Amino acid sequence: MNPANPPASSDTAPTASPLPITVIGGYLGAGKTTLVNHLLRNAQGRRLAVLVNEFGSIAIDEDLIEAEEDGLISIAGGCICCSFGNDLIGAIEDLRAVKPAPDHIIVETSGVALPGAVVASLALMDHIRPDGIVVLVDGETVIKQSRDDYIGDTITRQLLDAEIVVINKRDLISDSTAATLTSALTDLAPSAVQIEASFGTVPLNAVLGAVAVPAQGSVASGGHSDGLFESIAFTPDHPHDVPALAEQLATGPLGVVRAKGYIAGKDGDIWLLQTVGKRWQAERLDHHPTTQLVCIGPKGQLATDEIRSLVQPTL
Amino acid sequence: MTATKIFSARKIITMNPNQPVVSHVAVRDGRILGAGSLADLEGWGDYELDTRFADKVLMPGMIEGHAHTMEGTLWRNVYVGWFDRTDPDGKTWSGAKTLEDILARLSEAEAKLGDPNEPLSGWSLDPIYMDNQRVSRQDLDSVSATRPIGVLHASGHILNVNSKALELAGLLKPGVNHPGIPLGADGLPTGELYGPDAMTPVGVHVGYDRAMTDCDERGLLDYAKLCVRAGVTTSTDLAARLTEESVSMMLDVTARTGFPLRVVPLRVFFGLTAQECVSYVLELKEKSTDLLRLGRIKAVADGSIQGFSARMRWPGYYNGAPNGLWYTPPEHLSELYSLALAAGVQVHTHTNGDQATQMALDVFENAVRDTPSPDHRYTIQHCQLADAAQFAKMGKLGMCVNLFANHHYYWGDEHYRLTVGPERAERMNATRTALAANVPMAIHSDAPVTPLGPLFTAWAAVNRITASGRTQGEGEKISVDQALYAITMGAAYTLHLDGELGSIEVGKRADFAVVEDDPTAVDAMALKDVPVWGTVQGGRIFPTSEL
Repeated sequence: MNPANPPASSDTAPTASPLPITVIGGYLGAGKTTLVNHLLRNAQGRRLAVLVNEFGSIAIDEDLIEAEEDGLISIAGGCICCSFGNDLIGAIEDLRAVKPAPDHIIVETSGVALPGAVVASLALMDHIRPDGIVVLVDGETVIKQSRDDYIGDTITRQLLDAEIVVINKRDLISDSTAATLTSALTDLAPSAVQIEASFGTVPLNAVLGAVAVPAQGSVASGGHSDGLFESIAFTPDHPHDVPALAEQLATGPLGVVRAKGYIAGKDGDIWLLQTVGKRWQAERLDHHPTTQLVCIGPKGQLATDEIRSLVQPTL
Repeated sequence: MTATKIFSARKIITMNPNQPVVSHVAVRDGRILGAGSLADLEGWGDYELDTRFADKVLMPGMIEGHAHTMEGTLWRNVYVGWFDRTDPDGKTWSGAKTLEDILARLSEAEAKLGDPNEPLSGWSLDPIYMDNQRVSRQDLDSVSATRPIGVLHASGHILNVNSKALELAGLLKPGVNHPGIPLGADGLPTGELYGPDAMTPVGVHVGYDRAMTDCDERGLLDYAKLCVRAGVTTSTDLAARLTEESVSMMLDVTARTGFPLRVVPLRVFFGLTAQECVSYVLELKEKSTDLLRLGRIKAVADGSIQGFSARMRWPGYYNGAPNGLWYTPPEHLSELYSLALAAGVQVHTHTNGDQATQMALDVFENAVRDTPSPDHRYTIQHCQLADAAQFAKMGKLGMCVNLFANHHYYWGDEHYRLTVGPERAERMNATRTALAANVPMAIHSDAPVTPLGPLFTAWAAVNRITASGRTQGEGEKISVDQALYAITMGAAYTLHLDGELGSIEVGKRADFAVVEDDPTAVDAMALKDVPVWGTVQGGRIFPTSEL
């Protein structure tokens, strides 16, 4: 631990800001490890620290591994990965000694963990900031699993905690099954937005938020490996009731999976706005970063025009 | 030829049905040369007659089938439990009956600590016996406001800490939002921490770190003393991580002259794959010695009943608490059973709730159908809420059970009133039903959760008295003979050690418990009070007076 080396960050947040942690949950076989490999392969220059709990050898694709020492795996592009066993807090403490510091921590929980409980414990730590609960489900089996005598309530409790549900193995189910599933998951995961994926190919920005801000006004699908997602970026100059804007972005039917930005408030201060799924957060800052906002959502569902007129009503 | 010693005793209870009681036992090379009358044994040739036990009763060395050697380590902390309890050196600590008693005991220990930053650790607090009086951080601050203090509850599921400990963990602040950390009227944590998630970040500051289930050298030596005091000559260590370091420590300690205990540590199935776990214990098995028996696995299916983390079948907890948690999912248990059965490795599985038991039975039935293993002796540990159908299934599957007989004394009233309700509390730890279903059975203390002492455990199974004095589960009482069998042959059977241990019979290890009264003759209510003089372990004599 060396306080002289605060975590570096690839976004424009001040360096003293706490390290974001995204928790990835979901039952055995839902595709958590595949997703983690996908994120590591498509980290886009961000230094990810991945902590996995699954038993045994860490199932990182061999071609990604640059080195392995003392249980810490170095990944091409500056990412690292290690297993935390029964000691997640200790593993995160250990990460503070890693240089250069990671930009973002991803925790892959065990298949029976309740991700909300994991986040509650993580939130006790001072220097980290919970940044979303992503729960994967196996599109083929989740409904049957959710009715299983033994594991059904584990599945449903995981879904209750979810902010983003990734319906994985979409390629294995028909459109009509997918429609039924979407409707069932709307009840099972009421606070979550749903995104579909095959082979865990979910864009980094959807899972992690804290997006690197692209050029103003652009609507980009580049960098989204499967072309299923798009994002829209602004440099908003219009002062907002920031909590109200955050709530609208998160809960309005705008197709936003994640949003993050620095927005001028009507009070003259700059606010940090973040949404994950249907949850939102707006926090007044004591410094003045350049205003910017990025929203990301599934291609075709992201209501770019409505978002634009919401964020830039004068344009 | 090495020397033969023949012990005479007032009575020798053998657990051998062919001669249940004898007067003499001959020992050679640490093993039993024979049991019977002196005339029967003289035929073995020259001997030395040892009459030191002429007024004592010998029985087979007792076997604790489910305990943790960390009890030895915990005694370095301050005991603040409700019940009288004896430490490794033989000092009996009277139960602390009020908050004032507890604080006074902590203060006394605090005054003896030199380093002002050294944490003060207490253990075995149990407010349920004190009308659930809560212990606040302010209470503990009165012991010391500058030194971190932590007191672990008897159940192991709650930790009370003072303000300094919260401050060191960064939690002495408003806005803490965690289900395991209640807040006081001032918006700050009260100092009570529920469950491992809440306990862990503060525990490291008060002497309860995450490795505390691993026993150290002094802890193992102290644990062995407790065993001698309880008449125990073989004990499991039921959930060890068995790192290379701890195995070499255990090999070293158990090989020392004068170490009085056979230790059977089970590698806990956490943090590695089923394949890795099986391979690892097969490697460890090769290192086994007479006094350190390696090569078994412990799996943990669910949590605990009083912690509401046990997995319950319908209708769940009596107080409406949500169902507990899987510690090992069915898929992983299934893989473990299949691989371990194929490798001939025994698995003991912790289940507390009846759904966890059912899950283990279902998974095991499938695994053993695919990989038949006629003498597997897979054992369900605790198995506290199993019903008759589950015991019948276990009997048919050839499984063993080790029931937590001490539990209905220590927490039976709590289970009756709060956790499972009267009907299921009456049938908890259903020893009689297990035997009726032909399930080989042991009973246990789970020390340090309850004190080590198989005679107490036998008493609990025979009388089924709760701490408040009620009889709970009249229909599940077993006889004294059945209970004594459970703490000797029964436990040996669950470890595949019944050919070597558990009875006083030719060829077996010369392991005896030496007691002052005849446990089969005293009033059943006095079984727990039969004094233990000491043990004989591998023919070596260990009086408690010389520990």
